[in-house]
Amino acid sequence: MNDLVLKVEGLTTCFDTASGSLYAVDGVGFEICRGETLALLGESGCGKSLTAFSLMRLLPTRQARIAAGRVVLGGDDLLALPELRMRDIRGNRMAMIFQEPMTSLNPVMTVGEQIAEAVVRHGKLRGRALASRVIELLDAVGIPDAAQRSNEYPHMLSGGMKQRIMIAMALAGEPDLLIADEPTTALDVTIQAQVLELMRDLQRSKGMAILLITHDLGVVAEMADRVAVMYAGQIVEQAESRDFFASPCHPYSRKLFDSLPTIAKRHQPLAIIKGNVPPLTAAGYSGCRFATRCDMAKALCEGEIPQLQDAGPGRAVRCFAYDDRYRGQWGDGASAIIPAAAARPQQQESGADGGLLAVRDLKVYFKIQKGLFKRTVGHIKAVDGVSISIGRGRTLALVGESGCGKTTVAKAILQLQRPTSGSVLFNDVELTTLGGEALRRSRADFQIIFQDPYSSMNPRMLVGDIIQEGMIALGVEPDPKRRALKVDELLQQVGLPPEAKGRYPHEFSGGQRQRVCIARALAVNPKLIICDEPTSALDISVQAQILNLLQQLQRTTGVSYLFITHNLSVVAYLADEVAVMYLGRIVEQGRVSDVLTAPRHPYTQALISAIPVIDAGTRRETIRLEGDLPSPANPPTGCHFHVRCPQARPECSLQYPEAAILEDGRMVRCVLYPRR
Amino acid sequence: MLHFLASRLLSALLVIFGVSTVVFLLIHIVPGDPVEVMLGEASQAADREALRHALGLDLPLWTQLMNYYGHLLQFDLGTSLQSKRPIGDMMLEALPATAQLALAGMVVAMLVAFPLGILAAVRKDTPLDSGAMAFSMLGISIPHFWMGPLLILFFSLWLGWLPVSGRDDWASLVLPALTLGTGLAAILSRMVRASLLEVLGEDFVRTARAKGLSESRVVLRHALRNALLPVITVLGLQLGTLLGGAVITEIVFSWPGVGQMTIDAINRRDYPVVQACVLLISLSYVGINTLTDLVYAWLDPRIRLAEDS
Repeated sequence: MNDLVLKVEGLTTCFDTASGSLYAVDGVGFEICRGETLALLGESGCGKSLTAFSLMRLLPTRQARIAAGRVVLGGDDLLALPELRMRDIRGNRMAMIFQEPMTSLNPVMTVGEQIAEAVVRHGKLRGRALASRVIELLDAVGIPDAAQRSNEYPHMLSGGMKQRIMIAMALAGEPDLLIADEPTTALDVTIQAQVLELMRDLQRSKGMAILLITHDLGVVAEMADRVAVMYAGQIVEQAESRDFFASPCHPYSRKLFDSLPTIAKRHQPLAIIKGNVPPLTAAGYSGCRFATRCDMAKALCEGEIPQLQDAGPGRAVRCFAYDDRYRGQWGDGASAIIPAAAARPQQQESGADGGLLAVRDLKVYFKIQKGLFKRTVGHIKAVDGVSISIGRGRTLALVGESGCGKTTVAKAILQLQRPTSGSVLFNDVELTTLGGEALRRSRADFQIIFQDPYSSMNPRMLVGDIIQEGMIALGVEPDPKRRALKVDELLQQVGLPPEAKGRYPHEFSGGQRQRVCIARALAVNPKLIICDEPTSALDISVQAQILNLLQQLQRTTGVSYLFITHNLSVVAYLADEVAVMYLGRIVEQGRVSDVLTAPRHPYTQALISAIPVIDAGTRRETIRLEGDLPSPANPPTGCHFHVRCPQARPECSLQYPEAAILEDGRMVRCVLYPRR
Repeated sequence: MLHFLASRLLSALLVIFGVSTVVFLLIHIVPGDPVEVMLGEASQAADREALRHALGLDLPLWTQLMNYYGHLLQFDLGTSLQSKRPIGDMMLEALPATAQLALAGMVVAMLVAFPLGILAAVRKDTPLDSGAMAFSMLGISIPHFWMGPLLILFFSLWLGWLPVSGRDDWASLVLPALTLGTGLAAILSRMVRASLLEVLGEDFVRTARAKGLSESRVVLRHALRNALLPVITVLGLQLGTLLGGAVITEIVFSWPGVGQMTIDAINRRDYPVVQACVLLISLSYVGINTLTDLVYAWLDPRIRLAEDS
């Protein structure tokens, strides 16, 4: 094809370690044409980012080396070029943007300088022409006040703005191919929607090819023309995006879909992928890499290595079920694959009795202090009048974008951060006035699980000690023998072997570590567990395991959850009620089924519309929010949302709207729904 | 900015007050008697008493301290018990010598340390790296009292290029500056290497490479400035130490600086001089620290803007 931009064949990249070579990318091949987007989809560690870095020949460590393959960009075999020629191609014909815009810009150079550098490197512009080119690029990526912004330093810009700067930098050389490595993973959904839209617009106007590396099926559905699924260093399925989402073929691809939480899967366990990714050692494989985790594996899968098989137009699958020679063993290949986990009979909406937690008008203000004598010159209103309640055995989800104050609410409930005012009534005890020993003793009743299981455990303590530390501190189980038994029981409850207690946190995978954190929280028999983004750092299939576990624990122990997240599909799957937070205040609150299917507040509507959806049939028009979250130190007057609200009216800036209770029992604070 | 300097001035005053009090008390606790040193052990008790009275050393400690503060407030450092000269004058002679040596040593250190540290970081795990770090280990291990005579032996006695000691012309500065500089360079080059290695692993370095920039531009323009921050801290502390007088080097080369003066004063129990020297050392630390913070703000816009807003 004439329009072919990039052709990759048999790309193999390995890490040389003391114990042999690890083939992290093993024989990867694909093509991308002009104006096309290919998504490389996979979970962490599958080799998708390393593939991208191999294309750029920017390997992360000295131990990594490209062992074999061809990478042809517009007629040049990149792997054969000397490094000096390769530098002319990087940032010019092939550019890259990264996952973390926060750390990917040099903090001590202005963004204008950093963009200009890329322009000068490949364009030889100078003086005024250079300055106007920089402004032109900033305009192209939708940065307002480009001339002024170009003199600012990265830390003065928001995450979304920084990613736009990264894109502007990548555009400097008018690249034929843009490699985007998880470009929106670190961003909020409304900002993600802006950045994805920008990438689509730029692709349309400049005709560049995009290699999109992501783990997010929703982003793939929104962006990609074609999809390549990677597993353990290999591409296991390649297909047109349409076909892929209509019927994923490889058993691994199917599992990915099945493990996604959705509202339709409520009250049934999510499909999980058993076991772990196999080690990528040089010894090689005698069979399919997915065989040990595959529900439909046959003897053949362990004994022979599958090749990519043609499975229809533009489609290839690395699975014997699609191989004409063996197809018979699975019956009619595609349909033989086990469907989503069978629905289990469930008690509907567990019987909720009286309230466990009632938070009334909670406010947390942080002082802004200045000068020699630390005068208080203002307040950051992190939480500005939040009222929520949770019943026993129920789950309330608190959703909102980063910086909206949701974690501060959690800390204030736990009295880890004393609230400025308001009341926190837990089990009919007022926590805000409780202090010292009484508060310490009551801590057994409310526990927290954090987002990052890697950093929330002391790396020098054994898992067993981590779990029993709380029991000792709170005197839950004073007898050492009984305590040891309880640790075993807890480990079993969270699905870990009893030997785990003698190991250190670093010996576990991310999902297993989060299980340890859950066991630690459970150890003191809490009535409420606050889960602060417990699955955000985890892969989809691991997230499914943790969600299943949380759900099962609620059934068996009757614990309540306050689930803090930005991931609305998790909310839809797990929570009973949801409260949507914007800039320190709750804008809408009600039953999950009501709020998520028919949002009323304009912010909730925008938030929900910004989530990339997989099912093309239900795709709706994204309500695009302009700009970023305003600063809580200086929030807009009246309704905090009115400056970004597509339906704002003049009166919105005057007064904070009163809470209106709608007919389905939900609370909305918006002038569109006047209080009756 | 003004706020910052004002707060630094305030802390300087606090430091002067604290340090001078502690030193004053400590000197009087330490055994030894200036009068005995001045008159000799065989002196008459009556003579000692007379001298003690003349110097005001027979007054209660509290009164002596108050007198000291009183003079300090008028910028009067007092007179040396030994030479009877105003201490201010002695300082004005010794300080330029010490400052000259300190700066020269610093320049030597930076000229050696930066290229060495950068090369070692960029060529990590190569013979160049191990060579540079072995050199630096040697530099740290060789004490000044050995390095100095070694240099004298080689350059002054064998080759006859440079003077053995004293402070006459520029040539006499070379050897003491080299002695000081190599030791410092050794520590500094390790800092540069470690700090640069850390920065080279950052995401923005990867971004710079992805732009197609040459390796030298990536290292010198993107990485080095970020790597400088921790190095500046060490540099500041070292300079503070040097300004207090590089005692050993000054003695080896008979360099008439503050270090030499301090040691003499301690040996002779010359209280006012010791106090003045210690005061000078602590003040130079406050000054250098302020300077370090200013350089920090200049290097890192995040700090700069946090101060302004």
